[in-house]
Amino acid sequence: MGSTLAEKILSRNSGSAVRAGDIAVVPVDLAFVQDTTGPLTVRQFQASGLKRLANPKRTVLFLDHAAPSPRSEHSNDHLLMRRFAEEQGCLIFDVGDGVCHQIVAERLANPGEVIVGADSHSVTAGALGAFATGMGSTDVAIAMGLGKTWLRVPETMRILTTGKFPTGVFVKDLILHLIGKIGADGATYKSLEFGGDVVDGMGMPDRLTIANMAVEAGAKVGLFPSDRITESFLKKHGRGDKYIPLQPDQGATCETTIEVDVSKLEPTVSRPHTVDNVALARELKGTKIQQVFIGTCTNGRIEDLEVAAAILKGKERNSRTRLLIAPASRQVYLDAIEKGYIQTLVKAGALILPPGCAACLGLHQGILADGESCLSTANRNFKGRMGNTQSFIYLASPATAAASALAGEIVDPREVM
Amino acid sequence: MKLRGTAHKYGSNVDTDAIIPARYLNVSDAQELAKHCMEDIDTGFVRRVKPGDIIVAEANFGCGSSREHAPVAIKASGISCVVAGSFARIFFRNAINIGLPLLECPEAAAGCSTGDIIEVDLTSGEITNVTTGKKYRASPYPEFLLDIIKSGGLVSQTKKKLARAR
Repeated sequence: MGSTLAEKILSRNSGSAVRAGDIAVVPVDLAFVQDTTGPLTVRQFQASGLKRLANPKRTVLFLDHAAPSPRSEHSNDHLLMRRFAEEQGCLIFDVGDGVCHQIVAERLANPGEVIVGADSHSVTAGALGAFATGMGSTDVAIAMGLGKTWLRVPETMRILTTGKFPTGVFVKDLILHLIGKIGADGATYKSLEFGGDVVDGMGMPDRLTIANMAVEAGAKVGLFPSDRITESFLKKHGRGDKYIPLQPDQGATCETTIEVDVSKLEPTVSRPHTVDNVALARELKGTKIQQVFIGTCTNGRIEDLEVAAAILKGKERNSRTRLLIAPASRQVYLDAIEKGYIQTLVKAGALILPPGCAACLGLHQGILADGESCLSTANRNFKGRMGNTQSFIYLASPATAAASALAGEIVDPREVM
Repeated sequence: MKLRGTAHKYGSNVDTDAIIPARYLNVSDAQELAKHCMEDIDTGFVRRVKPGDIIVAEANFGCGSSREHAPVAIKASGISCVVAGSFARIFFRNAINIGLPLLECPEAAAGCSTGDIIEVDLTSGEITNVTTGKKYRASPYPEFLLDIIKSGGLVSQTKKKLARAR
């Protein structure tokens, strides 16, 4: 009997052959927290009577959600985390370094590992073939102290991709389409396993975008195979020695298989206030947008800024639409400067925010006014998410976002490409 | 272990931003968090809720962010238990870890309205809507989860384990 990627990774790490439905106790290869969940993690770590981290070199604290801090309360949380890192000798990435999931992908995650993060979008590292999942502060505190955690081996929903993306259609459109199809709880507790011709040829940045949003369908992990693309990504980032190949077996037991022909996709948008409330960009033409936000762990990578810069080059944003752009990491920011994208974007009227979560979760840097709408490249459009319950959030690809910034309303990016 | 309280009913996809908005994530005091519980979707909740009350919701309760502040705020508001059609998985673990019991039962979720008196037996998984007289059954917890609940959450369970190891 064949194994799914989830079964393979958890069997490898637990030391016994586990199947969907089994409970596996596994060593944790990487544990991390960010600045909204980290302070509680530190307090729970101490309350549990734990003294030292099981593996300080693979425990990481990120200051990215309120970065730089807009209020003294967040500043004090940052101070608490910096002190904990110093005392325990673990890694810390401070304000301006970037979003945790981007840094985990660039520097820390490896195929076959078990990764737990106190952030729901920890699933992002599934793009590298790691069993990466989000947990709460207490779970991560205990995992940091004991060096292990329990996981129920998830059933698998396999997504089989075929076809070729039409011009103007991107992987963001694919994942929004898929979530629209299966629903915001369509993959609850499950492993979303991506495969097929499109995945075989898909670059790591695109895989990260898709894996990132697996949790928006309720999934526990969003897993990609580890293949030559994974190997070249790891080599490029100086850890080629960490490569191991990982593929699901032929005949592995999947609960369901969903086929998506990407040739049939069109630019897709999630409407307020749930991610599965999708429509085509062209169907929403005329929807006025007061703010466009390009960035986040979903779409703040250099390839995303490249797409936005290509659309905005030599043009200017609509005078009634603010354009906020946050590179996902310091490295992305440097690359964007070097390639000239930052200059292009600023000339087009963009405001560049520091690498980090920026406007995504409503703590700072771009809170909407009553009745305003934002078109964002993030992953979540819940009511009040960007800091005001009386505002509206639409989610789309960087191309749709850039094109809409020019038009001042939602448009199909193919109109300007 | 039996619980009894008035139902506060919600629909599907109640996300953790709705349970406790990000602007309160730097608050560490549970009672302070409780003052803002559900405020973005139900401003009257905090005024209406009484100790022992039960939240009943449809599918995917607690979806979204991993913030543990969400079950902490619910528990500190006086809610004794949440019954839902289904739970988002991170929320599920978080609630168990901090000692907020959850029962998954789509039939009970559909059969309860705001104001109904609900009785819950955590050991057997039986849910009774006293107002309508209907009974429902949720699947019981696996043994190791029941152990976390009985220990009063993951922190106290770990504490006990560490004490035994010394």
